[in-house]
Amino acid sequence: MLLLQSEGFVMGKRVLAVASAGGHWQQMMLLRDSFSGHQTLFLTTLDGLPEQFDAHPARILRDCNRNDLIGIVICTLQLSWQLLRFRPDAVISTGALPGVIALALGRMLGAKTIWIDSVANAEEMSMSGKLAKRFAHHWLSQWQHVAQAEGAEYAGAVL
Amino acid sequence: MIFATVGTQLPFPRLMDALNALAASTSEDVIAQTGEATANRSAMQEMRSLQPAEFSDLFNRARVVVSHAGIGSILSARKFGKPLIIVPRRHALDEHRNDHQMATARQVEGSQGIYVAWETDALADLLASDLSPATEAMSPAREHLIAHIAKLLS
Repeated sequence: MLLLQSEGFVMGKRVLAVASAGGHWQQMMLLRDSFSGHQTLFLTTLDGLPEQFDAHPARILRDCNRNDLIGIVICTLQLSWQLLRFRPDAVISTGALPGVIALALGRMLGAKTIWIDSVANAEEMSMSGKLAKRFAHHWLSQWQHVAQAEGAEYAGAVL
Repeated sequence: MIFATVGTQLPFPRLMDALNALAASTSEDVIAQTGEATANRSAMQEMRSLQPAEFSDLFNRARVVVSHAGIGSILSARKFGKPLIIVPRRHALDEHRNDHQMATARQVEGSQGIYVAWETDALADLLASDLSPATEAMSPAREHLIAHIAKLLS
C-alpha cells in the first residue's frame, strides 16, 4: 500500500523497465508507449536522466559491466531490493548487464521477462544479450538476420 | 556552435584530434564531451562527461553535432532535430571491442539528417555543407515493435 500511495495508482500490470544510460535508455524511451497503460518503474544508471525524459517513477542503479565485480554485487543488491519492493509482473530490458541481472532476478520471482537487444548489434546479439538468453521468456533482436541466425524473435526495431 | 560527443563508455581521441585541427581554422565554437580525463586541446572546449541537462542544452544550442556512431547519439539527434555527422569507431584502431559501429553507420547512412564521415578527412567538407536536421518520425518497424511488446505484456 505504501508503494501505491507514494507512486500514484495506475491500472494494469506492474512493469519494471531497466536500461543503462546512453543508447540503451534512449531505445527504452522510444518503446515506452508499449507499456504506457501499465504501472511502470524505470531503472537506469545515470542520475538526472529520467527527468530529462519525464520518465517516472524512476530509480538509479550503480552501473556495472562484466569487468567490475564490485559493481555487479552492488547493482545486484540494488536490483534485488527494487524487485522485492515493486514485485513486477514483467521485467523488460534493452541492456546492458544490469538489465540481464534484472531479468534473472525477475524470472526467479515469477515475472515475465523480455529482452530487446540493442539495435546497435546489427551483426550478432550483444554480449549482454547472449547472457540474457537463458533468463528471457521473450528474446528479441532488432535485426531480422541476427534473429534468424541466433534463434531470437524479430518484431521490428526502433530505428 | 559545433557540439561533439563520444558517449559515456570510451574516449575517441582520433575524432577529437581531427576536430581540434578543424576548430583551429574556424571561428565557430567547438564544444566537446571527450570521455578523457584531461583536457589538452587548445582550439576547443573539452569536458570529460556531461550531466543529462547539460547534454540536452548543448545539443539544443548546436548548429550541428559530431559523434561516434553510437545509437544514443543517433537517437539524440532525432529527438533534438539536429543534423548529425557520425564517425564510426574502428576495431582495428582499438576504438571499440568490435566493428559494430561500422555496421550501425552503414545502416543509418542516407537516413534524413544523419551523415557518415567514414574517415575524419571527410569532416571539413561535411561541416561546411548544407545539412538537414534528423527527425524522429514514427517508423513502421518501431510501431510494429511497440505493438508486439504491448501484446506480450497484455
